[in-house]
Amino acid sequence: MADGWLKVGADGGDGLVLQAGGSWDARNVTRLDLQLRDIRPGQDLTVNLDQIERLDTAGAWLLFRTLKECRNLGGRADLAGLTPAIEAMLEQVAANDIPAEIEPPQTNALVAVVEHIGAGAVDVAMEAKQQIAFLGLLLETLARTIRHPSRLRLVPLVHHMEKVGFNALPIVGLISFLIGVVLAFQGATQLQRFGAEIFVVNLIAVSVLREIAILLTAIVVAGRSGSAFTAEIGSMVVNEEVDAMRTLGLDPMEVLVLPRVLALVITLPLLAFFADMMGLFGGMLMCWGALDISPALYLERLQGAISPWSFWVGIIKAPFFAFLIAMVGCLEGLRVTRSAESVGRQTTRSVVTGIFLVIVVDALFSIFFAAVGV
Amino acid sequence: MEPVIRIRGLRTQFGDQVIHDNLDLDVRKAEILGIVGGSGTGKSVLLRTIIGLNHPTAGQIEVFGQDLAQANPAERLAVEQRWGVLFQDGALFSSLTVAQNIEVPMKEHLGMPARLRDEIAALKIAMVGLPPEAGSKYPSELSGGMRKRAGLARSLALDPDLIFLDEPTAGLDPIGAANFDQLIRRLADNLGLTVFMVTHDLDSLNAICDRIAVLAEKHVMVVGPMADMLRHEHPWLREYFHGPRARAAQRQEVG
Repeated sequence: MADGWLKVGADGGDGLVLQAGGSWDARNVTRLDLQLRDIRPGQDLTVNLDQIERLDTAGAWLLFRTLKECRNLGGRADLAGLTPAIEAMLEQVAANDIPAEIEPPQTNALVAVVEHIGAGAVDVAMEAKQQIAFLGLLLETLARTIRHPSRLRLVPLVHHMEKVGFNALPIVGLISFLIGVVLAFQGATQLQRFGAEIFVVNLIAVSVLREIAILLTAIVVAGRSGSAFTAEIGSMVVNEEVDAMRTLGLDPMEVLVLPRVLALVITLPLLAFFADMMGLFGGMLMCWGALDISPALYLERLQGAISPWSFWVGIIKAPFFAFLIAMVGCLEGLRVTRSAESVGRQTTRSVVTGIFLVIVVDALFSIFFAAVGV
Repeated sequence: MEPVIRIRGLRTQFGDQVIHDNLDLDVRKAEILGIVGGSGTGKSVLLRTIIGLNHPTAGQIEVFGQDLAQANPAERLAVEQRWGVLFQDGALFSSLTVAQNIEVPMKEHLGMPARLRDEIAALKIAMVGLPPEAGSKYPSELSGGMRKRAGLARSLALDPDLIFLDEPTAGLDPIGAANFDQLIRRLADNLGLTVFMVTHDLDSLNAICDRIAVLAEKHVMVVGPMADMLRHEHPWLREYFHGPRARAAQRQEVG
């Protein structure tokens, strides 16, 4: 089929004569549109259609628009060579000539910025409020479960312990090991300048045990399990499973949230202990390989460098971090609205908020431990 | 006359599960063909196989005389621009407004200038019976029926010759479903569309389909107008077209 074409004839005093032909369809309208827009509006027009082979709604729209604009400016516009099919198509288009809105109304850019900041601030406040309310609800559920231990869902608890704890061992171990290696290496190059390489053991022991192992573990777990909690619970919300649970008399706090929170509170200290050991082990290998500090010497120095409190300071923080990560993960999951898009948004939010809270609380712990002198 | 879709010896299987075996079907130009069949007989799979979202294990599918398995990307694109697809829930892009959704194919394939796109999008919005203010709404702000209309408008964006509809009236109230049926019939008549429609809706089948194809026992068991379906002796067909719901639908049609 021939491409659509348009020939503009001379103005013989009786208005402009346009000859249209070929296929006036969606594939050709871009070109025809440019040609038609070049015609100075307001002239009298005669459009000859007898050579049109095919006309669809896009082509019909061009013809209809050209005639309409001509007539609106007081010109005369005629069609020649109409067939019933073309006429029907033009009628179809004429009947549907209703301008529609394309984009949502735009506000002033400055207003939009202010509005955005305001909405963000309100959102943060609302979220903080929801977190506090959720914390209360969670503690209430916990208290109820302690009073009636038989209500605790043991199978889900163990299942989640495996998923968030046991299955996280390889990644947590590897990261801590590598951090131990890096600390030993970086610490040694600095301390060598003072001829004090041996103190690298103190550096590794104190930093790994007090801060790094637990903090890294918490961050990995927030990324791995906090996001999983949100996605799991969120997709249940999308699927109306959580609503179904409520109508069946099951409390989602008890069935979904508590097992996850408890699983993480139980396993994160164990993971942190594992991370401590792997970090120290990595440091030991590096000291042995690169600094000629034998494992025996390393262990001896280690005992001198740390007190039991160095270890406990790290471990004590673990259940608090776990509680925060699991709480945020579950809360964000329950805040999912019924669209797939919001699962993704809340999951991102869960990880970011989880890590943020972990670091804030870690800072508070540092102040507290400094104040009590351990 | 050359059929718009010609399927010969189609076999589709997932692992060991055979969905279609030796399936033949012709869809004629400018007809509305309804595909029916029990749950799990592969109606939607057939639709997805024709439009190339599933690969058949064996057999030949020609659309507009073009064997899609043999086609090079350019030939494929040419065929794809001549068809439109309405998925079950509209499948609108959630980050774009309705009007922007309709403009996607025009922008991507035809490089139309924005002003012309907006004009044609407005035309399509009116054609499918959406109010003008729906154009600037996001899919999440629309009801199910409006999303289907918007999806239909997008599938009509390039003025296709053929449209595929996957359960177009599922989930609509009876009034909305009847309106949607009439809309499809009217568009098909006015634009000369060929319609391939998977449906369970006996009212749609009665009201707007020219022919009905029944999928059973892994192939098209029978194809023909409603009158043929009613005369057929196969037990499943009798139950489907003579069951209580079918009788109600036919009464409505007569009354």
